[in-house]
Amino acid sequence: MPEKKITLSVSVNGVVHTATVEPRMLLSDFLRHALGLTGTHVGCEHGVCGACTVLLDGRSARSCLMLAVQAEGAEIETVEGQGSVDRLGRIQEAFRQHHALQCGFCTPGFIMAITDMLRHHPLETDDQIREALSGNICRCTGYEHIVNAVRELAKERGPLT
Amino acid sequence: MQVNFGVRHGIGEAGRSRDDKAFRYAARGRAMPASALATDVGEMKPAPFDYLAATSASEAAEALAAANGDGKIIAGGQSLMPMINFRLVKPAILIDINRIAGLDRIEKHGERLRIGATVRHRMTATDALVHRHIPILHDAMHHVAHLTVRNRGTFCGSVCHADPAAEMPMMTLLLNGTIAALSIRGERQIAASDFFVGSLMTSLEPDEFVTSIEIDTLPLDTGWGFEEFSRRHGDFALACVATTLRIVDGVARDVRFGMMGVGETPLRLPEIEARIEGQAISQALLQDVTEALKGLLHPNTDIHASADYRRHLAGTLARRALRDAWRRATLRKDAADA
Ligand SMILES: Cc1cc2nc3c(=O)[nH]c(=O)nc-3n(C[C@H](O)[C@H](O)[C@H](O)COP(=O)(O)OP(=O)(O)OC[C@H]3O[C@@H](n4cnc5c(N)ncnc54)[C@H](O)[C@@H]3O)c2cc1C
Ligand code: FES
Ligand code: FES
Repeated sequence: MPEKKITLSVSVNGVVHTATVEPRMLLSDFLRHALGLTGTHVGCEHGVCGACTVLLDGRSARSCLMLAVQAEGAEIETVEGQGSVDRLGRIQEAFRQHHALQCGFCTPGFIMAITDMLRHHPLETDDQIREALSGNICRCTGYEHIVNAVRELAKERGPLT
Repeated sequence: MQVNFGVRHGIGEAGRSRDDKAFRYAARGRAMPASALATDVGEMKPAPFDYLAATSASEAAEALAAANGDGKIIAGGQSLMPMINFRLVKPAILIDINRIAGLDRIEKHGERLRIGATVRHRMTATDALVHRHIPILHDAMHHVAHLTVRNRGTFCGSVCHADPAAEMPMMTLLLNGTIAALSIRGERQIAASDFFVGSLMTSLEPDEFVTSIEIDTLPLDTGWGFEEFSRRHGDFALACVATTLRIVDGVARDVRFGMMGVGETPLRLPEIEARIEGQAISQALLQDVTEALKGLLHPNTDIHASADYRRHLAGTLARRALRDAWRRATLRKDAADA
């Protein structure tokens, strides 16, 4: 029988965790069940919905399409690193202002994808914003308010240098 | 031959097995913060497997050989992991090539571009050599999935996955790609025209994996057209045409014409290329191409579109792509002449 366990060390929101896991454990399950970081949501678990999006070494990644063991030595950021209920992060604040969430299920994934977008993508036009958001599915908002929030954040950031 | 699903147990066992040894598994944290102690993590989607993070190509080749047909290479995981999560694929061992140094480069060798096995879609989409020498590939990248998926997915992984509605297999065929396959028996070069055997099937041997793929760069006066139709941006295509040509003495030369989404594999259509070669693009020629395509294509009817609709799309997209290619070739020739 296979499944030799593997010990990994990974930084999550700046805290280094060491754990011994089965190779088949998904990064999303590791974050949620082993570390208790349930802010990262899982919708489809096959790469389609984007709810599980985290940052892997500064770039967005589907945590349901990665194994925890593949994150060895990496820096993961999750929505828990963005802010707290008392002190919302900037993207969270923009979502609140623009009513960019209703049930909130998709929100952590959107926020992490948007973090990557704001760091690396032009976002000068609504078309660019919509294309960048196209990998995340929201069943509630109709996207309009999410686009509004990102438009404001992109304007505030200014052009990429 | 490599078939990218049902590796050991065949398809259809997408459910979880309650007998899994590790069904009620608890991760044991060492040196974890008290707030984050591992608890009962419950069921897992994938079936159990071993995992090797190979650090050299030869280590990966040896592990693949030792797995005796039950090993799977993982690159970006953007196609493999969904199938593993559904248990459509149950490898005995996953061999991760992401930590092999030197495979993450795009290099120009003469008139060819070599793309290493861990070059992500994002790199191909933003690479200056690709933009300058193969602008059609730069354009095509924008149709591949979404930002987050492009951060991880690889060019070579997409070619190995051989989805009949994927852009990179078609581009590899269009650009006379050569696939470098490594095993403990040595390296061999496979022409793209011999590589795609069927839907999700390639001519790789079970113990072989791809270290890089070489494709043509295009002369700077080449015009191109890339037309894809999908229901939503980033979805797989219902039909897609990619074509390149140059204008020499007022007629089309070096014509290439490829399609995907309309068969079991990506297609090069030499019959169409021959019709256009030596001609100027005209309404009559485009009509002729549309008619010829109807006889050449045998698309499937599936939940996404009927065969008839796909044939209709093929003609429409071909006309648009050829017009674009002709227009761009004219502009680029004028720029070169000036
Ligand atoms: C939501 C979503 C939308 C997508 N949309 C598109 C789309 O519109 N167009 C498109 O083309 N793709 C799309 N994809 C797929 C994406 O492009 C994948 O990245 C790509 O198909 C596979 O590349 P990978 O590196 O992730 O390969 P993996 O998933 O790691 O592997 C795929 C297969 O190839 C094999 N393999 C990988 N690398 C090698 C190698 N070097 N040698 C031998 N075998 C290898 C694996 O064993 C496996 O069988 C989408 C994916 C998702 C999740
Ligand atoms: S849960 Fe990962 S993309 Fe849907
Ligand atoms: S707010 Fe409910 S799914 Fe997006």
